[in-house]
Amino acid sequence: MRVSPEHQDPETIQRILHQARTVAIVGLSPNELRASNFVGFYADRHGYEVIPVNPREDEIMGFKSYPSLADIPGTVDVVDVFRDPGAAVEVALQAVAINARALWLQFGVISDEAAEIAKAGGLDVVMDRCFKIEHARYIGRMHWLGFNTRVITGRRPGHLL
Amino acid sequence: MQNPDEKPLRSFGFHTRSVHAGARPEPNTGARAVPIFQTTSYVFEDPESAAAYFNLQEYGNTYSRIMNPTVAAFEERVGNLEGAIGAVAFASGLAAQSAAFFTLLNPGDHVVASAALYGGTVTQLKHLFRKMSVGLTFVDPDAPENWKAALTDETKLLFAETIGNPGGNVLDIEPVAAIAHGHDIPLVVDNTFATPYLCRPIDWGADIVVHSATKFLGGHGTSIGGVVADSGEFDWSNGRFPVIADPSPAYHGLAFHQTFGGYGYLMKLRAETLRDLGGAMSPFNAFLFMQGVETLPLRMERHVANAVTLAEWLRDRSEVTAVRYPGLDDSPYSSLTKKYLPKGAGAVFCFDLAAGRQAGQEFIRAVELFSHLANVGDAKSLIIHPASTTHRQLDEEELAAAGIGPGTIRLSVGIEDVDDLIWDLEEAFARIA
Repeated sequence: MRVSPEHQDPETIQRILHQARTVAIVGLSPNELRASNFVGFYADRHGYEVIPVNPREDEIMGFKSYPSLADIPGTVDVVDVFRDPGAAVEVALQAVAINARALWLQFGVISDEAAEIAKAGGLDVVMDRCFKIEHARYIGRMHWLGFNTRVITGRRPGHLL
Repeated sequence: MQNPDEKPLRSFGFHTRSVHAGARPEPNTGARAVPIFQTTSYVFEDPESAAAYFNLQEYGNTYSRIMNPTVAAFEERVGNLEGAIGAVAFASGLAAQSAAFFTLLNPGDHVVASAALYGGTVTQLKHLFRKMSVGLTFVDPDAPENWKAALTDETKLLFAETIGNPGGNVLDIEPVAAIAHGHDIPLVVDNTFATPYLCRPIDWGADIVVHSATKFLGGHGTSIGGVVADSGEFDWSNGRFPVIADPSPAYHGLAFHQTFGGYGYLMKLRAETLRDLGGAMSPFNAFLFMQGVETLPLRMERHVANAVTLAEWLRDRSEVTAVRYPGLDDSPYSSLTKKYLPKGAGAVFCFDLAAGRQAGQEFIRAVELFSHLANVGDAKSLIIHPASTTHRQLDEEELAAAGIGPGTIRLSVGIEDVDDLIWDLEEAFARIA
C-alpha cells in the first residue's frame, strides 16, 4: 500500500523529532523483543519522556502505563502508534482530543482516515515510518549499520547522541 | 540534542551521491576523507550501552566482524546509489552472494538461476548450495517464461546477472521480477557489470542486489570485496520466509521482520549471517572502494565509450566471427539495452575468433597493453580466454549455455586512450595471422 509522501516528509519528521519532549506510545509492549519495546527503550535512552499507553499493564519499562490517551495527566507531544490499522482512527480522535502535536503511525499502521482526522485537528502526521529509525537517520547512528540515511552534507556535525 | 538545519532533503544527483553518500565529515576530528578505522573493537560507554548494542536496541559499534565505521560509509554509499534502504559489505563478491542466499534459504529450498552466469557463481550454486540440500534449476534467462516454468513450491528466489558474464545477456528485469513476486519470492540480481550508474535493478522491481565490488565499484584492481543491497520492499512475512519472519533461535528469539520492518533482512544478514559466517570486509579495502566509487560515473562513461569503439572495430575484422556486446545496434539484446542500460552496456564483452581455441590462446600471448588475468572492471584493459580459465569448471553444455566457445576471448575494456587499445589488438591480429 502506497503512503502519501506528505506523511513521510523529511522536514516534518525532523521538526517533530527536535521539538518533542513527551512521547505516548500506544500499544507499548513489555516484551523486550517487540518493536514497540525497541522504540520505547530507544526514545527513553535519547532523552524523551516515554508514556506507555496499554490497558493491560500498570507499568512498562518502569513507567506508569495508562489505559488510554485521555487518562494521561500532562501534555503529550507525539502519539506513537503500534496498533493494527483498524484501531488508528480511534487513536487519532483521542490524539486530537488531548491536543497532541503529532500523530506518528509506525510501520504497517496505514490509515488515511486516521491521518485526515489528525491533520484536520491541527496535528503533524507521519505514517508507515519508525520513530527510532528516523531519529537514528538524522541525529543518531543509523549510518553505522550501513543503512541509507539519504543525508548528504559537507558540514561537520556536532557530537552525535 | 543539537538543532541541525531543518532543510528539506534535496534529491541529489548521482555524481554528487557518488562523492558524498555515507560520508559526513568525521565529527570528532573534522577529517573530510573517511578515516580508516583500523580497529577490531570499540570501547563501550557503559554496561547498559554495551547490552543495548548487542540487543540491537541501539545502533552501536561492537566488533569489526559485524560492523566498522569505514566499511559502513562504503555500505551506505552503495545502498544509496542502488536506491536501496541499505547494504552490508563482505570480504568478496562470492562471500556477499553466498551470505545473501544463506540468509534466505533452508535445506530443501530451491533456487532458479540464469544459466548465463559467472563460472564461480555457477560452482557456488551447483556444488556449495547443493551440499546444503538446496535444489537448483538453471534456465535460459532470455525468455521470461523459462523462469516461470522452472518454479516449484520450494523455490525461494530467482537469480540472474544484469549483464551476463561473459555472454552479455541483458536480463529483462521487469517481467522476471513480476514472475518472482507472483510466486511471493524475491528476485536477486548481480549488478556487478552494470554498476548502479548504468542500471539500478531495484528501480525495475528487483528486491536484492549483489556486487563484486572488486570490479567497477573499486575500479582499480586493488581489492577484493562484495556488497549486498536490499530494496526493503519485500514482504518477508508473507508466509514463505519463516527463516526471516519467525523468532530466531540464533538471536534470542528476535523476529527480524516484525521488529525491523523493511530493514529486517539486512539486520539479519549482518547480525546473524555475517556474524556467523565471518566474511567481513576489511576497513582498508572499504577505504579503497570508497575512493573508487567517487569516480564511478566518470570512469563508467569512459569504459563504455571505449568498449563501444572496440566492439564496433572488432565487428568489422575478418578474423572475428561474432562480437557479443549488448551495446551494439545489431545485438539481440539491443532493445533490452535501450530500456535497462540507456547509458551503455558496460565494458566487458566477448568476441569469437574463427580459428578457435589455438588462435584464442595465441591472440592472448600476442597483446602488449591488455593484461592477461582473471578479473574485470579495472581501469586497465584486461583479456582472458574463459574456456581455459574463469569458466574452466563448466562442462561443454554449461559452456554453451554461458555463451562460451573454444575461440571466445573476453575483454574488459579499460579507460586508456582507445587508439592505443585498437593499436594493441591490431598488432595482435597481425602477429597471429
